[in-house]
Amino acid sequence: MSAAELTQDDFPREAAVPVRRLTQRRLPRWAPWLFLVVAAAVGSGIGAAAGLKSHLQWGLIAAAVFVVGQWAVSASVEGRRRATDRLALSLVGASFLLALVPLVAVLAYTISKGAGKLNGYFLTHSMNGVSALDNTGGVYHALIGTLEQVGIATLISVPVALLTAVYLVEYGRGKLAKAITFFVDVMTGIPSIVAGLFILSFWLLTLGFNYSGFAGALALAILMMPVVVRSTEDMLRLVPDELREASLALGVPRWRTILKVVLPTALSGITTGVMLAIARVAGETAPVLLLVFGNDRINNDPFSGPQSSLPLFVFEEYGKGNTFSTERAWAGALLLIIIVMLMNVAARVLARLKAPKNSR
Amino acid sequence: MAKRIDVDNLDAYYGKTKAVSGISMTVEPRSVTAFIGPSGCGKSTFLRTLNRMHEVIPGARVDGRVLLDDEDLYAPQVDPVAVRRTVGMVFQRPNPFPTMSVYENVAAGLKLNGVRKADLDDVVEKSLRGANLWEEVKGRLKKPGAGLSGGQQQRLCIARAIAVEPAVLLMDEPCSALDPISTLAIEDLMGSLKERFTIVIVTHNMQQAARVSDRTAFFNLEGPGRPGTLIEMDATEKIFSNPGVKDTEDYISGRFG
Amino acid sequence: MTPPPPTRRPATTPGGQASPGSVPGPPSGGPEAPDHPSLRGRGGGRAGDRVFLGLSRGAGILLLIVIAAIAGFLLYRGINAIKVDQGNFLTTAGWDPNGLKPVFGVAALVVGTVLSSIVAMVIAVPVGVGVALFISHYAPRRLAQLLGWVVDLLAAVPSVVYGLWGTLFLVPKMMGIHTWLGSYLGWVPVFNQSQPGAYPRTLFTAGVVLAIMVLPIITAMSREVFLQTPRAHEEAALALGATRWEMIRTAVLPFGRPGVISGSMLALGRALGETMAVAMVISQGFNVTLHLLDPGTSTTIAANIANGFGEASRPVGVDALIASGLVLFVITLIVNGIARWIVARRKEFAGSAA
Repeated sequence: MSAAELTQDDFPREAAVPVRRLTQRRLPRWAPWLFLVVAAAVGSGIGAAAGLKSHLQWGLIAAAVFVVGQWAVSASVEGRRRATDRLALSLVGASFLLALVPLVAVLAYTISKGAGKLNGYFLTHSMNGVSALDNTGGVYHALIGTLEQVGIATLISVPVALLTAVYLVEYGRGKLAKAITFFVDVMTGIPSIVAGLFILSFWLLTLGFNYSGFAGALALAILMMPVVVRSTEDMLRLVPDELREASLALGVPRWRTILKVVLPTALSGITTGVMLAIARVAGETAPVLLLVFGNDRINNDPFSGPQSSLPLFVFEEYGKGNTFSTERAWAGALLLIIIVMLMNVAARVLARLKAPKNSR
Repeated sequence: MAKRIDVDNLDAYYGKTKAVSGISMTVEPRSVTAFIGPSGCGKSTFLRTLNRMHEVIPGARVDGRVLLDDEDLYAPQVDPVAVRRTVGMVFQRPNPFPTMSVYENVAAGLKLNGVRKADLDDVVEKSLRGANLWEEVKGRLKKPGAGLSGGQQQRLCIARAIAVEPAVLLMDEPCSALDPISTLAIEDLMGSLKERFTIVIVTHNMQQAARVSDRTAFFNLEGPGRPGTLIEMDATEKIFSNPGVKDTEDYISGRFG
Repeated sequence: MTPPPPTRRPATTPGGQASPGSVPGPPSGGPEAPDHPSLRGRGGGRAGDRVFLGLSRGAGILLLIVIAAIAGFLLYRGINAIKVDQGNFLTTAGWDPNGLKPVFGVAALVVGTVLSSIVAMVIAVPVGVGVALFISHYAPRRLAQLLGWVVDLLAAVPSVVYGLWGTLFLVPKMMGIHTWLGSYLGWVPVFNQSQPGAYPRTLFTAGVVLAIMVLPIITAMSREVFLQTPRAHEEAALALGATRWEMIRTAVLPFGRPGVISGSMLALGRALGETMAVAMVISQGFNVTLHLLDPGTSTTIAANIANGFGEASRPVGVDALIASGLVLFVITLIVNGIARWIVARRKEFAGSAA
């Protein structure tokens, strides 16, 4: 824990505060690169000698050699404190690389597996009458489903969330506001499958409705609401009080001030939050699985009968376990990633273009 | 322990912008040297080159030499970490570590520099006494350092800086965020600190420079849009009574700046 | 039923007092600049204002009703199931709710859920904090911004994609590390392998996938707080002669700790409730076991709901799944509650600062 213990031996014991010379023995600037080369050589040497097949293992050995070797050399030349500093740098760098590998691998693998199948035919055909063994079929029905379910969820959740955020920021004091803030937090933590189970027990089991896109949309709306409330709240709080005062001082009633001054000022930020929330629920599978059930055919009516959705399509095609169905699953996954990423990028670009000046 | 500083033709840059140009000066040990001059003339930037804090800002760099008793701070083998431990610094706003107690704040630099746990209590007390703070805080050493008043916080930061027994203490407008009474306390403190340390203080307040410093350096821009530089440096009395350069006189008599 | 209105409403009668041209500035509570309770709190006065206040308050109340309904309905259906359960719902390990004599319990599911999440957190927290530090304090600024963006985008990849990638790409690759852990660390109970060489669709692999999924959450939140470390504190540490790492340890990490903790807890909540990725990766079973490396012995609550829903009988099978969902709900509530408590406590300490 304490540098005190690490370094005290380097210094004369008499002085309470050890004297340090300005000029320390230091490793040259190119030392890390040398270590890197040596470590790579040692890693592949050991790997080849031991006949390790996985190049991942070679890399891990090399990384270990690098970290330990650099630390040891640095400690003996530069002292423990410098060595610890270098150790921290290499561990932080290593964790970054370690994190990057799987995240990039997910994208790269999905693209390589899904790109071949993702074409016009795939986008414009449903799975009606297509068996797992056929090399045809497409995602049209699922796209329609996702579009309708997410659309309805947005229509339900956004007004409620906006009004709630307005209440919290513009009117909210006292117990009710505190309770709402607290439970919005609680709602943020609800797993999507639990939201699905709620709508299942309420809408399907208790009220007796059947599977439908609308039921799925209800669950998605529950997932969207807290996210939108939160982001809208943050944006509304960024609107300077001077604007509100200026409007109120002109004799504009409070509700018109909110509608005509506060909301428009925060509009781009609110839109960003809504788009991010949409992107999040568009990828939700679990509630859709419980409530929309899945359907190979095109069902344009979200209010009656099972539908499909893009994430559900991926799950079902994977579950069929055949070559062609798996290919369809990858193509669906790629399409899903593209849609979600586009929404994200658009939302962030919008946020950056129209960022309020006093955001920090 | 106090050391002499010799600066030889020093330039400081932020990226491509030159902020300070061609400064040469000598700072005597066991004395207080004040840097005065209008805002933006590079006093603080120059001060930060004296303990290699300037280069902490991304893109910032320095040309020239700074000798600390004949050792060049910018020589290739010199460790900036060791430099900053030898040349301590107190900042404009008091900045005690918010998550640490009074005691831990003073001990922070000691722990880094390898003081044994057994010696810690002694050094902490000595440093707090040195900063004229011991009597006020001895009952609340375990309380958050950030809970003290502004003036006390600044003295806590001074205690933290002198705890590691530096040779030089740099103070970047240490009283500008404080009330007059706290300012007075810190000015008194400087009088006693200069017996042990070389002290350099940047100040906007000319009365303060006149009160506390032995020597004063006047900085100004070379011209509009040009980097700042040292105009003249002399004994404080001389600067305030009979400066050698017209600009200095104008500034001191309040005609600009 | 509604608690008293948010502010002491001014004594003016709503509506009646709306004389045209009356200055809308609050009669009481004049010029406190930074916070305008009176400014924000004024709702009365005009019909439009009352309608709007009613609407927005109604929306907030609707949200509360939804939360209450979630708890209520899960409880109601869940109790139905527990009533017909022939075993003890909390301590039974098996899951057989569809037969004539339904016997089921969440013991194995809870253990599996917690274990896989622990694996995920053990991997994701240190790595996530490391990545955050890299972005905030090591990488050059331009690169750092770009990396921050990339990490944010990766947080948006849907879980079904991670599931697909996990089972088809990652699971085969996990064979080596399973064998390695099993043969060298097998003496530690969690790494004991009872079927060496089995296809690694295990809790451990599920934990790794979860770690990858929650990593961006931890990184994003930690990076945000690390970047907010006051420059004054960083410089104070450097001026004392701290190396970069010592500066991070004295100034950045203590300052960022609440953010790291709440980010980790948020991630934990996500990992506990993650459904599809686990359902696709794991080969499920219903034993109470600590053996992370054995496939077919364990699963998580959420994955079991997704996998079991298709063949669940009505009403008992489905109700049983709902009952297990209630347990998951409670677990995530507890985790989130702890997170908030920790953050609030830290805030108090730091708050006494300013």
